[in-house]
Amino acid sequence: MVKRIENLVVVENKSLTKDYFILVLSCANKDISDIKPGQFVQVKVDKSHSTFLRRPFSVHDVDFSKNTISLLIKIVGNGTLALSGLKKNDTLNVIYPLGNSFSIPQPGKRILLAGGGCGIAPLLFLGKKLRSHGFIPDLLLGFKDVEQGLEIDEYNKIGRVYLATEDGSVGQKGYLTDHSILKSEKYDYVYSCGPEPMLKNIARYCKDRKIFCEVSLENLMACGIGACLCCVVDTVKGNLCTCTEGPVFNINDLKW
Amino acid sequence: MVNIGFNIGDLHFKTPVLTASGTFGYGSEFDDFFDVSILGGIILKGITLEPREGNPYPRMVETPSGMLNSVGLQNKGLEYFEKDIYPQVSAYNTNVLLNINGSTVDDYIALAYRINKLEKIPAVELNISCPNVKMGGMAFGTNTETARTVIKKVRAVYKKKLIVKLSPNVTDIVDFACIAQEEGADAVSLINTILGMAIDTKSMKPFLSTITGGLSGPAVKPAALRMVWQVAKAVSIPVIGIGGIMNTSDALEFFLAGASAVQIGTASFIDPKASVRIIEGLEQYLGEKGFSNIKEIVGYINKPNI
Ligand SMILES: Cc1cc2nc3c(=O)[nH]c(=O)nc-3n(C[C@H](O)[C@H](O)[C@H](O)COP(=O)(O)OP(=O)(O)OC[C@H]3O[C@@H](n4cnc5c(N)ncnc54)[C@H](O)[C@@H]3O)c2cc1C
Ligand SMILES: Cc1cc2nc3c(=O)[nH]c(=O)nc-3n(C[C@H](O)[C@H](O)[C@H](O)COP(=O)(O)O)c2cc1C
Ligand code: FES
Repeated sequence: MVKRIENLVVVENKSLTKDYFILVLSCANKDISDIKPGQFVQVKVDKSHSTFLRRPFSVHDVDFSKNTISLLIKIVGNGTLALSGLKKNDTLNVIYPLGNSFSIPQPGKRILLAGGGCGIAPLLFLGKKLRSHGFIPDLLLGFKDVEQGLEIDEYNKIGRVYLATEDGSVGQKGYLTDHSILKSEKYDYVYSCGPEPMLKNIARYCKDRKIFCEVSLENLMACGIGACLCCVVDTVKGNLCTCTEGPVFNINDLKW
Repeated sequence: MVNIGFNIGDLHFKTPVLTASGTFGYGSEFDDFFDVSILGGIILKGITLEPREGNPYPRMVETPSGMLNSVGLQNKGLEYFEKDIYPQVSAYNTNVLLNINGSTVDDYIALAYRINKLEKIPAVELNISCPNVKMGGMAFGTNTETARTVIKKVRAVYKKKLIVKLSPNVTDIVDFACIAQEEGADAVSLINTILGMAIDTKSMKPFLSTITGGLSGPAVKPAALRMVWQVAKAVSIPVIGIGGIMNTSDALEFFLAGASAVQIGTASFIDPKASVRIIEGLEQYLGEKGFSNIKEIVGYINKPNI
């Protein structure tokens, strides 16, 4: 897996809700077959004066036939706001692919993909990969409200989708981690991404039941390539870089 | 052909562009992007005698045109370096320098003594300016007496090229540069980060776990440039300029102010190839301006004819 810096062309900027959008980027004739679920990219934001460092985003999807990668982005500040204004044919300077990836389970196991907010982003690519290995995972997706609820059509193609919203506007009311599916179903593997409090709850759920669980962390990053040591997470193996030794960690390695 | 090489005594650097400690890992992080051996030298992340876990997360926050960090010298210590990193970095066909750090004068001496034996390390950068450690670090570099002591003692055991990295967090950095020169340093490098802080108004807490951290990036460049200019006028040993250099033009400002070489820091986070682009840019600029040697522009603004 060779890291590269490239100017990728925006093929599409799809607005989903007032906060979320998808950027589809063309990798032209470059070989992207080595990108794995869980990996991320570092994007240079040119059209925002207040954005100095690159911004990390998970690989949301890879279309190997069209040779595109897509990013699912939530607008939270100036960097993401500037990116939301990108137009078709604009270029974006991207360093990719970065970080490790989710592991592939043992055959025949039951899998849950649990994502909260923009943490659902890496789960689409992961879900597709799992499907290609013959798994049919369940998905549990959580949002604040229906406004933020995204088109989940793509996720429906992967497996059964369960929803939770904090205001109950769609799916079960409450946090994703309170969803009844977690009580009624038994999983062997859980893969999760989202806000840290949610991940900690998922980790506790899995630890109590001895379920294999990997979480993808979103620690603040400066370089994204292991050079600055800013993104560390405290693990049983000492401080590890989220950008190179993560973003995907087995919960048994975290001191949660 | 333009000559952009530079020397610290008899130690030759093929280009005057090095990478700043703590911003370039051990070099290998950049192998995918370019051949690191093109650089004049790489200065590895700060090393201490014993392993250090560094400060708790969060350790960085973006600030206007820059960033604050409080990494706190996380590294696996000298023994690990000798066994696992040294063989690997020795393969680079350029000068590989170590940035050495201690909590006590004895730490610095022990480190310098052992590193002196590492054949492939031709120079060390004595870091007496790290703002992110409770013990030592900047404390050595902000008091003229302790600075003198640590430089003198390290000089006594370290036989190769000694660069002293100066802290900007002092009233007059020139005093410290002069002390370094008096105590036998072969060069000075400046600046390390400027002590700063930022507060999250949402949570009403400081962004960094350590409250304060070191500011780097374009935000520090004018201050760094001013200090390099002041120091270059005051000392006769080479001055290595550091601070917010993002591109060729930034680097040129430092040469014109009196730096014989520059280090690229935070810029590598945004453009991992920033240092190579700057090397190319320097050659092009000198060619276009009709200079044959970069030495001709070092301290150019101080030359009487302008
Ligand atoms: C490995 C990784 C993968 C990521 N994947 C995605 C993704 O797929 N989709 C997506 O929308 N976002 C993702 N993020 C988060 C994304 O990088 C940030 O939202 C983005 O950098 C914010 O930039 P900004 O300039 O808009 O906001 P800023 O102005 O920088 O910040 C706005 C607010 O958001 C907070 N914030 C910024 N970055 C983070 C972060 N990393 N974690 C928590 N809070 C943060 C700030 O503290 C501030 O309160 C990922 C982060 C990492 C580290
Ligand atoms: C994340 C980070 C880690 C650093 N670690 C060290 C270090 O270990 N030793 C040191 O002497 N300087 C360290 N520095 C300071 C840089 O080497 C440099 O002096 C400073 O960042 C100013 O240059 P810049 O603005 O080009 O980054 C660090 C800087 C950053 C941003
Ligand atoms: S972000 Fe620089 S080491 Fe991870």
